[in-house]
Amino acid sequence: MKILLVDDSTTMRRIQKNTLEKIGHTDVTEAGDGVEALAKLAGGGFELVLMDWNMPNMTGIEALKKIKADPALKDIPVIMVTSESEKTRIMEAISSGAANYVVKPFQPETLAEKIAAIKK
Amino acid sequence: MPISIRVEHVNPFISSTMETFTKMVGIESKPGKLMLKKDAKLNYDISGIIGLSGMAKGTVAMSFPKETAIAVCNKFMSGDYKDLHPDILDAVGELVNIVAGNAKKELTEFNIAISLPSVITGPNHKIIEPKDAFSFVVPFDTNLGGFHLAVSLKPT
Repeated sequence: MKILLVDDSTTMRRIQKNTLEKIGHTDVTEAGDGVEALAKLAGGGFELVLMDWNMPNMTGIEALKKIKADPALKDIPVIMVTSESEKTRIMEAISSGAANYVVKPFQPETLAEKIAAIKK
Repeated sequence: MPISIRVEHVNPFISSTMETFTKMVGIESKPGKLMLKKDAKLNYDISGIIGLSGMAKGTVAMSFPKETAIAVCNKFMSGDYKDLHPDILDAVGELVNIVAGNAKKELTEFNIAISLPSVITGPNHKIIEPKDAFSFVVPFDTNLGGFHLAVSLKPT
């Protein structure tokens, strides 16, 4: 599974990449904001996006809405992985097309479970 | 009419810090006695800071001695850094980002938005909070060393 990991924090990318590797996902591409994410998605082949919310240049929610508005990208599942924890934010992401939502702080097992649910 | 800031508004930040350390760093963090910031003697090497805006404005900061920051961040991101490095600074910023983001779900009456994190390094640096803000400090102890959580809130 080719995964795009989008977070402006190198720390969070590293933590999530370690988790992905532990559950067998080694084909991981990284992006530091929404703009970079969309550029990399345009290259094609991605099957899952893990997306932070608060990022410079283009936020994760803006990038999510652009992905879901693009016929070539809209079927790629996007899991939001973010410290935005209020119900209103979660509802906004789900209504914008997010496949799932992981609130930081999270344990690695939680992220693994959400990805496994997407693969089914 | 502005909502008044009460000591109870501190609790979400304390519980969020404890939860963040348990879930993401993998160690326990024990809060000490809350004190007003003006009474706290703070002398740290590195601080991660988040700005708050909405119906309350202010800052959330986590301040560490250098050795503790390196040890905590190495544990947080499975790193092996021996000295301050951009990845350690990023990790300190991400820790305070997670703590503030997780806390604000308990402070819905303020409709708080958080900024991107900033990180300050250098001995004896000072963090200036908004004038007339309610500013408090909570010391935390961990098996990797101690740190302080400082929160300033002012209704808008």
